[in-house]
Amino acid sequence: MTEWFATIMGASLFVLMIPVIFRICVGPTGFDRILGVNVIGTKTAVLLVIIGTLYERVEMFVDFALTYALLNFVAAIIVSRYLNRTISLKDMEAREKAKGEGKA
Amino acid sequence: MSETSYSFFVLASATEESGGGFLPLQILGVVCGILGLVFFFGSAVGMVRFPDFYTRMHAAGKGDTLSTMLMLVGFGLVTLEDFSIGSFLLLIKILAVILFIYLTTPTSSHALMRAAFEDDEMPMTEEDLKKSKNRGKKKS
Repeated sequence: MTEWFATIMGASLFVLMIPVIFRICVGPTGFDRILGVNVIGTKTAVLLVIIGTLYERVEMFVDFALTYALLNFVAAIIVSRYLNRTISLKDMEAREKAKGEGKA
Repeated sequence: MSETSYSFFVLASATEESGGGFLPLQILGVVCGILGLVFFFGSAVGMVRFPDFYTRMHAAGKGDTLSTMLMLVGFGLVTLEDFSIGSFLLLIKILAVILFIYLTTPTSSHALMRAAFEDDEMPMTEEDLKKSKNRGKKKS
């Protein structure tokens, strides 16, 4: 029963990952793509636990899952820091002024 | 001969107990796993169908966190077949993974959203939605 459950869960997880891969391929911005990569990485941690259940060595694969989740989190933080374009205060004020003039 | 047949009987009964026994905890675990699949289905559909980056972030962040936690709880309960110390340690390890994901997934989606907002990725307004609807009508 446990093997059946693990097999069905793993197969349906793979099937449900296809729309997210579609979003990674056609995503208009880079943020969409890194968001899809983040979702798939979190699901891979679950998939590792499923693989461990199938091989009956869950206590080893749970450590892999924890490491994978940690690496996924670090990757998301690093990419968001890399894409974060910090603006200086003068530029921001100039932009606010331009917006106000445009509205008026 | 009688000894071997007796041992075979013991083996058969043991496999029957471990294989066919529907413990209530296992049923609860299966229900949790299927609920997690439902939430992940919602998250995947939202990531394809929503029009804006922030709405997609909404679908992905919420559905992803809850579905991962539910699925891990389900597998932790399903693998708890015999109530020995090893299987309880395994359950505690899986609970540690759940705690980690509970802390980190909202944090990473918050950081991504903040980076997108500071990168001048403006949220979609009602006029943009009307424009996109008109464009779809013209195309079809």
